[in-house]
Amino acid sequence: MSETLKVTVERPDAAVAILRTDGYINNTGGEEIAKQAYLLLGDGVSRLLLDLERTKIVNSIGISILIEILEKVLDQGGRLAFCRLTPTIEKTFQIMGLAQYARLYPSPEPALSWLRGEVD
Amino acid sequence: MSFERREVRLTIPVAPDMEIAATAQVAALGDWIEMGRDKIDEVKLAVVEACINAFEHSHTPDHEVHIDFVAAEGGEGRVFLEVDVRDGGKGFDPSKVVHPDLPTKLKSDRKRGWGLKIIESLMDDVRIESGEHGTHIVMRKYR
Repeated sequence: MSETLKVTVERPDAAVAILRTDGYINNTGGEEIAKQAYLLLGDGVSRLLLDLERTKIVNSIGISILIEILEKVLDQGGRLAFCRLTPTIEKTFQIMGLAQYARLYPSPEPALSWLRGEVD
Repeated sequence: MSFERREVRLTIPVAPDMEIAATAQVAALGDWIEMGRDKIDEVKLAVVEACINAFEHSHTPDHEVHIDFVAAEGGEGRVFLEVDVRDGGKGFDPSKVVHPDLPTKLKSDRKRGWGLKIIESLMDDVRIESGEHGTHIVMRKYR
């Protein structure tokens, strides 16, 4: 049994990018997200939104890769946000303290507003 | 409504993504005891983490992880779902596990090590028995 994560990237404008995940975020899923995120960072896009609407489980290996992405985003003076997390994923991120460094939102719109600097 | 005790045993191979097979059993028993959806998801993640720990650290000689699920009513009528994830590999000393924190991890090359913290945060009771003949991680969540 294998669940292959799909990641799609949308660039609503030059400042931000949305990465939408579909599937289980494990080690290989995390690496796929990282691959896309690092391409964006290399292009100078450092304000990233991870939309996890279609992800039901993130394991600790996947989370550790998200922490690596967070570190690189912060190193470039960027911002990282997540939206549409399941209650368990949100609780897990809170347990880990991820909410101190990234923002968690119920939907994309307020996340994008924060990423663009329109709100604090 | 009182719940008759139900037990399920599952054996999964040490192989990528096999931990997901165990989550289906969590859902089935969780639904049976009418546990809420969010709590079922929390048990699922804890079981995933316990399986991954066994896969990566036990070096179990039979390349299998054994999982026992129990849904039952305990003392004072408290209904629970309990999962025992066990392997026959080399054990570890739980008292030596360093609990991670994010500020330290952000400065570290090693970002991993969150599994036990996640299990202990999501489940109501966690008991770890580990020695040279293997490890049991026994986790319980009340409905």
